[in-house]
Amino acid sequence: MIRWALLLFGGALLGGIVHLATIIILPRTATQDAYSRLAPIAPVNSVVSLPEPTPEKAIMPLMDPAFASAICRYDLSQGPMKLTVPIGLAYTSVSFYTDRDIAYYAINDRSAGRRAIELDLMTAEQHSEMPEDEEITAADRLIVESPTRTGLIAIRALAPEPGLMPMAKRAVDGARCQRTDLAKQSD
Amino acid sequence: MRLLFGTLFSLLVAAAVGLGTTYFAITRGAAFGALRIGAWTAWPKTGTQDADPYARAEIARTGRLPVALGDGLMFVARADDRGKRLDGRCEVTISGITPAARFWTLTLYNPEGALVPNSINRYAFTSQEIVRRGDGSFEIVVAPRASAGNWLPTGGIERYMLALRFYDTAVGVATKEGREVPMPAVKTRSCP
Repeated sequence: MIRWALLLFGGALLGGIVHLATIIILPRTATQDAYSRLAPIAPVNSVVSLPEPTPEKAIMPLMDPAFASAICRYDLSQGPMKLTVPIGLAYTSVSFYTDRDIAYYAINDRSAGRRAIELDLMTAEQHSEMPEDEEITAADRLIVESPTRTGLIAIRALAPEPGLMPMAKRAVDGARCQRTDLAKQSD
Repeated sequence: MRLLFGTLFSLLVAAAVGLGTTYFAITRGAAFGALRIGAWTAWPKTGTQDADPYARAEIARTGRLPVALGDGLMFVARADDRGKRLDGRCEVTISGITPAARFWTLTLYNPEGALVPNSINRYAFTSQEIVRRGDGSFEIVVAPRASAGNWLPTGGIERYMLALRFYDTAVGVATKEGREVPMPAVKTRSCP
């Protein structure tokens, strides 16, 4: 009897280790996480608007149907990125996620304080490599440091009433994300 | 032989306990730092880089993008104030006032997080759409059949969940349950 109780106890203890191990490994092995779901439809370094969620079809669970949204899947290995988002009529926000879908930064139209949200996205390494003089001209630019080389930028505009959805869509459709060196060439 | 059975038994217990608790933790939301107010629960840290391993596992498993804390905060209710599971065949009311925020949205999802089909294609309310009483408070009726005022259809499904998202709000990691965060009451009024 004591022998079985000990075996049960040992099994439960081992179960605790299994539990912790699976929780920690899960994010690394998930194939249906948001980043993997979006990768096939979102080419790297460009803005793609997402279809509205419907009961039949939604690219991700728990999407807010009151928002028009777009995604920029970025890769900073070639250099920093530049993001420009025109502001919608009600509420516009830009959220940054790592390639493991962890939010590390968000900004909304009011905190941006202008008619468009403009910012530069780079890794900490690229930020430290930035020449000093450029840092000065960059004083009024917002710089966001990405903890990972790849990730997602979610651009979302609220339609306070269903009839305003086309306007919210237009706002997110006007968003641009581009590699900084390419953006300079096209100017 | 006894050793073999013993080891096998232990391993079976380990697998059942380990995988069972993992499944439970991910489907029921076991992340730390939950903010519970009435029927509503939010995990402010899930929308930040400080998300704990449970939050990370849940995000990876469900495939959602969490609301970033700088953007807003999502509260979820799966049961009413008395702890009764939300039933789409019943009439449930959501009434009261909300914490300060620029906008909020209330959305009805099935337990997997998909929108629920209904006759008028209404899945959510925004703070700007609802009809309020003179004192600024509101009542939303969540029911299978049409009702006057703010009606959010359930489509008659058995189980559902409500997501109340606040955008551009001060409610966050430091928030404690109290007067600054008056969450609306969730009551089951009548069941067939």
